[in-house]
Amino acid sequence: MSDHAPTGWRRWLFSTSNKDIGILYLIFAIFAGLVGAAFSVAMRAELMYPGDQIFNGNYQLYNVFLTAHAFIMVFYMIMPALTGGFGNYFVPLMIGAPDMAFPRLNNISFWMLFFSFLLLLGSAFVDGGAGTGWTVYPPLSSDLGHPGKAVDMAIFALHLAGISSILGAINFIVTIFNMRAPGMTLLKMPLFVWSILFTAFLLVLALPVLGGAITMLLTDRNFGTNFFDPAGGGDPVLYQHLFWFFGHPEVYIVILPGFGIVSQIIATFSRKPVFGYAGMVAAMGAIGFIGFAVWAHHMFTVGLNFNAKAYFTIATMIIAIPTGIKIFSWIATMWGGSIVFTTPMLYSIGFIFLFTVGGVTGVVLSNAGVDIMLHDTYYVVAHFHYTMSLGALFIAFAGFYYWIPKISGKLYSEKLAIFQFITMFIGVNLTFFPQHFLGLAGMPRRYVDYPDVYAGWNYVSSIGSYISFASALLFIFIVFHTLKFGKKAGNNPWGKYANTLEWTLSSPPPFHSFETQPRIK
Amino acid sequence: MKFFNLFLLSFLAQINTSFANVHGENWQLGFLEPKSPLARNTIAMHDFIMYFMYGIVAFVLLLLIITCFRFSAKRNKKPSTTSHNTILEVIWIVIPVIILIIIGIPSIKQLAERTTIPDAEMTLKVVGRQWYWSYEYPDHGNIYFDSYMKKEADLLPGEQRLLATDTKIVLPTETYIRVQMTSSDVIHAWAVPKLGVKMDAIPGRLNETWIYIEEPGTYYGQCSELCGILHAFMPIEIKAVSKEEFAIWVEQAKEEFASLNNLTIANNLIEVK
Repeated sequence: MSDHAPTGWRRWLFSTSNKDIGILYLIFAIFAGLVGAAFSVAMRAELMYPGDQIFNGNYQLYNVFLTAHAFIMVFYMIMPALTGGFGNYFVPLMIGAPDMAFPRLNNISFWMLFFSFLLLLGSAFVDGGAGTGWTVYPPLSSDLGHPGKAVDMAIFALHLAGISSILGAINFIVTIFNMRAPGMTLLKMPLFVWSILFTAFLLVLALPVLGGAITMLLTDRNFGTNFFDPAGGGDPVLYQHLFWFFGHPEVYIVILPGFGIVSQIIATFSRKPVFGYAGMVAAMGAIGFIGFAVWAHHMFTVGLNFNAKAYFTIATMIIAIPTGIKIFSWIATMWGGSIVFTTPMLYSIGFIFLFTVGGVTGVVLSNAGVDIMLHDTYYVVAHFHYTMSLGALFIAFAGFYYWIPKISGKLYSEKLAIFQFITMFIGVNLTFFPQHFLGLAGMPRRYVDYPDVYAGWNYVSSIGSYISFASALLFIFIVFHTLKFGKKAGNNPWGKYANTLEWTLSSPPPFHSFETQPRIK
Repeated sequence: MKFFNLFLLSFLAQINTSFANVHGENWQLGFLEPKSPLARNTIAMHDFIMYFMYGIVAFVLLLLIITCFRFSAKRNKKPSTTSHNTILEVIWIVIPVIILIIIGIPSIKQLAERTTIPDAEMTLKVVGRQWYWSYEYPDHGNIYFDSYMKKEADLLPGEQRLLATDTKIVLPTETYIRVQMTSSDVIHAWAVPKLGVKMDAIPGRLNETWIYIEEPGTYYGQCSELCGILHAFMPIEIKAVSKEEFAIWVEQAKEEFASLNNLTIANNLIEVK
C-alpha cells in the first residue's frame, strides 16, 4: 500500500487530508483553550476577593481579558474542536468518503482561523485592546468608546474566522450530500454527521449576518457612516438585533455537534442502538430552525414592547421541547443497555445532567418578566457556562477520549482520564454553581470589583476555577502520556457497538481512508 | 487567611449597618428582599417556575442514577435492542408542552403587569454617562444633579464600598414613579434589584419603566450593561422617604442644586474612583 503521502512539515502546512487538518484543528483548539482558560483564571484571581487583586486598577485590561476569553472559547476553542476537529476527521470516515469534497478549501479554512487568532491576540496589544465584551455593542465599540485600532483588528479577526467557518460549512454540506458511500442514505447517517450537517447550515445562514453587522460597525468607525450612531440617525439597538440574529444560532452551532457526539458515545457504551433516531434528527433540525427566531431574548432590557417580549418569551420556551426530546432519548438509549463506564461515557452522563441544569435556568431566563431581574447578572453567566463550559466542553473532552484511540492508534490511561473527569467535574461545578446565587442576589456580570456582600461565593467560584485549570493541565499531560506511553489500540477498542464506519479502519486510518469503497446494507 | 479576615470584616460591617439597609448579605442564596410590587411579583413568578424546574432536574437526575445502577454492564449483561417506543416519544413531548403552558400563561400576565406603566404621580429622568448617573426631576422644578460613586476613603461608617454615592436620589415611598432613561455616550443599564427594575439607558432612545417603593430605606443598584473601564463603579443609591419628607427635600434641593442646573457635566470624568 503506497500512499505517496507528504511527509514532514509539508504534511501539515500544505495538508489537504481531512484527517491531518482535523488534527491541526484539535491541536489549535487545545492551545487556544489553554490561552482562553488562562484568561479566565486571571479574571477569577481578580474576583477572588473584593478590591483590586492582580489587575492593579487596570480595568481596561480586565475588560480586554473578558472579551478575549469569550472570543477565544467560542471561535477558537469549542468550534474548532467540535466542528473543525472531530467534524473534519470523522464526517468523511463516517459516511465512507475518502476525504472532504474540497480538500484545499479545507486547508485554507484552517489557516485563516490560525491567522484570525493571531489578529485577535494582537488586538490586545494595540491601543489598549478591545474591552467591548464579545457582543461588541456600539457605541462602546464605536469611536466613542474605543477610539484606537484594537476594535478594528478584532473585527478583522472575526471576519477571517467567519470566512473560515463559512468555507468549512460549505465543504461539510457538499461532502455530506455528495460523497456518501453507496447505501448510506440520509437516514442511515450517524447522528454525528447529521449534527454537523445542521451546524453547517446554521453557520452558512448566521455568519453572514454577523459579517454584515461588524462591517457596518467598521464603516461607522472608519468611514463616517452612521448605522449605529443616533447622532446620524442610526440606532445602537439595530446592531444588537443583527448581532443576536447571528449570536443565538451561534450557541446552537456550538452545542449541536456535541449533541451528535454524545449520541454516538452513549450508543457505543450502552451497547444499544440510539433510541428514537428519527426523533433525534428532527429535534436537532427543530432546535436549529427555532434557534433563528428567538434572538431578542438577549435584549429584554433594551425597551422592546410587550408584544415582542411576549413572542420571544414563548418562542424561546418552545426550544425546551426538542431539547427535552434529546435528553430523554439519551436516557432511553441507556435504559436497558449494558453500560460500560469509560471516561467518554462518564463525560456524556455528566453532560446530560449538567446540560439539564443549564437548560432549566434557560427556561427561567426565557420569561421576559423574570429575566429583567436576572439580565446581565451572574445568573446568566452561570446559565451559559452550564450549557457551554459544562455542556459543549464536556463533550469536547468526551469526544477526545472516545476518538483518540482512532486518531493516534494509542489507548489513553483510563485511571488518569477518570481522575481528570472527576477533578474537572468538581472544578467547573464549584466555579459556576455559586454564580447562580450571586446572580439572584443581583451581582452584575462583567464586573472587575464587587460590593463586599458578594465575597463568599466569589471566593468559592475562584477556587473552583483553579481546580478546573489544574484539571485542564492534567488533560494536556494525558494527551502526551497517551501519545508516548499509550498501549496500542486495535481497529476498534470499544467493541461491536461502536459500529460507525471509522471503526472498520486501522488506527490511525490510512492516508486515503478507504482502500475500497464501503457499501452499506 | 485573608479570606477569613475579610469574612470577619464583612460580618462586622453587617452588624454596623444592621439598621441601615444592607444590599443583601454574604453567602446569600436567593433574591434580595423585595421592596416593590414589581420585585415581589417577579420573585413570585420565579419561585413558581422553579417548582417545575426543581422537579425536572430531580427527575432527570433520579432517572440517570437508576439507569446507571440498573443497567451497568455488571448487572445487565445482555443489552436490549429496543430503539423505538412511540407512546413514550409522544409523552415526552406532550408533558413538557403542558408544563410550558402552565408556566407561560402566568408569565405573560406578569410580563404585561411589568410592561404597563401605571398612571405615574411623578417622573424621574435618568441619564447614564461614563461613568456616573445624572438625575432630573422634571415635575419638581427641574432639580438636576450628578451622582458619583463615593471613593473608598470618603466612606462614612456603615456605608458600603462600591454602592454608596456622593448624591443620593431621594424618592417618595408609596408613589407610582415613572423612570425614564437615556444615555449621553455608551449604553448603560439602570438597575435596582430590590425594586425589581432594570432598563437599558441607550443613546438616542428614551426608555421608561416604573417603580413603587413600599417602605422608607436605602436601595442600591449598579450599572448592568458593560460600559467601559469604570463599569463596576457607577452605583445607584436611592433614599426613599415619606411623601412629607420628600416635599421638604424638594424645597431644599431646589436651592441646593439650583447652581448645578443647566451646568455642563463632565468636570471630573477622570478620577472617578
